[in-house]
Amino acid sequence: MAFPLLLPTWAMIGIFLLLPVILMAIYSFLTKEFRGGVVWEFSLAAYDQFFVNRGLFGDEPATLEWTYIGIFWRSIWQAIVATTICLLIGFPTAWFIATRAPTTRGVWLFLITIPYWVNLLIRTVSLKFLIRDNGPLNEFLMGLGVIDSPLPLVNTNLAVQLGLFYSYLPFMVLPIYAAVERYDFAYSEAAADLYASRWVIMREIIMPIVKPGIIAGCILVFVPSLGAFLAPDLLGGAKTFMIGSLIEEQFRGSLGNWPFGAAVSMILMSLVLMALLFYARSMAREGTR
Amino acid sequence: MDQAIDIEGAVKRYGTVTALHGVSLSIADNEFFTLLGPSGCGKTTLLRMIAGFEDITAGEIRLFGQNIARLEPNQRPVNTVFQQYALFPHMTVIENVGFGLKMKGFDATQRKARAGQMLEMVHLSDYADRRPSQLSGGQQQRVALARALAPEPKVLLLDEPLSALDLKLRQAMRVELKQLQEDTGITFIFVTHDQEEALTMSDRIAVMSSGRVQQIGTARDIYETPVNRFVADFIGETNLLEVTVSKADGDTAEVILPGGHHLICPAAGARLGQQHLSIRPERLRLAHGAGQLSATVQRVVYLGTDLHVMLVLEGGTQLVARLQNSRQLSAPEAGAHVFLDLDDGAARLLAD
Ligand SMILES: Nc1ncnc2c1ncn2[C@@H]1O[C@H](COP(=O)(O)OP(=O)(O)OP(=O)(O)O)[C@@H](O)[C@H]1O
Ligand SMILES: [Mg+2]
Repeated sequence: MAFPLLLPTWAMIGIFLLLPVILMAIYSFLTKEFRGGVVWEFSLAAYDQFFVNRGLFGDEPATLEWTYIGIFWRSIWQAIVATTICLLIGFPTAWFIATRAPTTRGVWLFLITIPYWVNLLIRTVSLKFLIRDNGPLNEFLMGLGVIDSPLPLVNTNLAVQLGLFYSYLPFMVLPIYAAVERYDFAYSEAAADLYASRWVIMREIIMPIVKPGIIAGCILVFVPSLGAFLAPDLLGGAKTFMIGSLIEEQFRGSLGNWPFGAAVSMILMSLVLMALLFYARSMAREGTR
Repeated sequence: MDQAIDIEGAVKRYGTVTALHGVSLSIADNEFFTLLGPSGCGKTTLLRMIAGFEDITAGEIRLFGQNIARLEPNQRPVNTVFQQYALFPHMTVIENVGFGLKMKGFDATQRKARAGQMLEMVHLSDYADRRPSQLSGGQQQRVALARALAPEPKVLLLDEPLSALDLKLRQAMRVELKQLQEDTGITFIFVTHDQEEALTMSDRIAVMSSGRVQQIGTARDIYETPVNRFVADFIGETNLLEVTVSKADGDTAEVILPGGHHLICPAAGARLGQQHLSIRPERLRLAHGAGQLSATVQRVVYLGTDLHVMLVLEGGTQLVARLQNSRQLSAPEAGAHVFLDLDDGAARLLAD
């Protein structure tokens, strides 16, 4: 019987995954308490705040509120860029590792995962230390005479991208590695035998076959990048305010607004779910073609 | 007329391992040529070298007179049927078959027509839109064949294409493959370690062992006149006896078997002394009254069409005879004393 065996799994998922989400969903429809927390009274105020603009004093005709959509848009864009960079660097890396001798692959994978033994916060802070105006990177470049004054890296989009890239690269490398490692190079030989050039083999044989790994990697990088708040917060400063920071702010201290934070989370989650559903549908369609 | 394939002194070394020690052979156009040999003898290596997947350490490969040893695989007008088929899993059957045509620049309509034609030829028209994973092993094998034949290669290479199939299917495919080769007029180079497969299909066979070609010839040549001990032993069943050549004149030689029996056998230019003699089991007959050899029956194994009779010659030499199971034959019994006759040319002296 599969059911009793799966019981612990279902219990874990139910308690630690589903329950918090349900709680969050409920909170988003409650009334905010002044110093954080909620009053158990139904309200749409959180969603109203997100989508509707009634002017500074709430007495103008309702129009679409652009502030938060703008933050969403910027975050999505950041996540897309981060995912693309991770893919461009991650694919060759994964390819390199997967095509080494089996005994050395383990060493490379080990090296890739070493930084992840350290907490994300510490890693992000040390990255900031590395790239700040009088940090090692700038001093090194100035010492070499490549630049005269420090590159202003901290508090830029570039720094945020660097942070996201650094945080999530292995999530791109590992699934692609797994796909390439399973790839049977007899397919490449068969294609070459049938007059395909190297480039065509890559485009028409290898890419389609390892695509599930690429997509898994993209999802694993895109989703956390979208909601990331450590990298934008620590490396980007105020100019690069992202969804993650917006949500985090709502639950911090007495200035927060729990229902609003919950609502933003729900909206973010629905967006991600919709994207995943869309992807699953298109994969299913391709599978039956 | 140039040969389809001309290989001269092909050597392949992997580091310290030498997989091929100077292989030379010529394959005529339209020929069904088989590379036959035990596992590890270098058949796949030679085939992959012709296809271009392995570079050649030394030697030459010519295709219709053109040296192709330095060409990339995608520049050689030869196609391969892989042992594990290597069908592209993300493409349908017809896309697989059309792939080579696409690479050669045929447009979609031409591709569809020609690929459809190929599928018809291998009786898979109804499966055009399936994925390889939705086909049986035999069907996948045919798709691999159609895919390799579609771009009309000058030479088709087949690496043990039937080894993954069950016996019945394998036997049916042998006939089909041979038919296909005759219909298309394409030169086939077929690799197998199954001698029956080789004997039934090939125009000529190259018997290989440990990186060397031992003998090249028709099925009849290599079966009836094996040039050395390895070939005699590898092809079919044989009784290999250590004998002493006592007299050699012109085309025949007189040999003495371990038990003291004397035999005359054909052997052009045999040298005197210790040598090996091959006697095919089916060339031994039970004699009435007296015969060339006398022996004691040890065991009789019933094989349906044949009887396998295990004998011991006077002097202790073991011998196997294969007798056709017919009504006339009164099966000898274990322990019986019998006389044996040899067909003309049944015993052959072998070089080592
Ligand atoms: N990449 C390689 N590196 C080192 N040695 C190899 C390599 N490929 C083949 N060999 C060696 O070369 C020899 C010939 O191998 P090959 O695959 O050609 O044999 P084969 O005749 O096809 O055998 P089988 O019937 O088992 O397929 C073997 O001894 C094998 O160990
Ligand atoms: Mg082989």
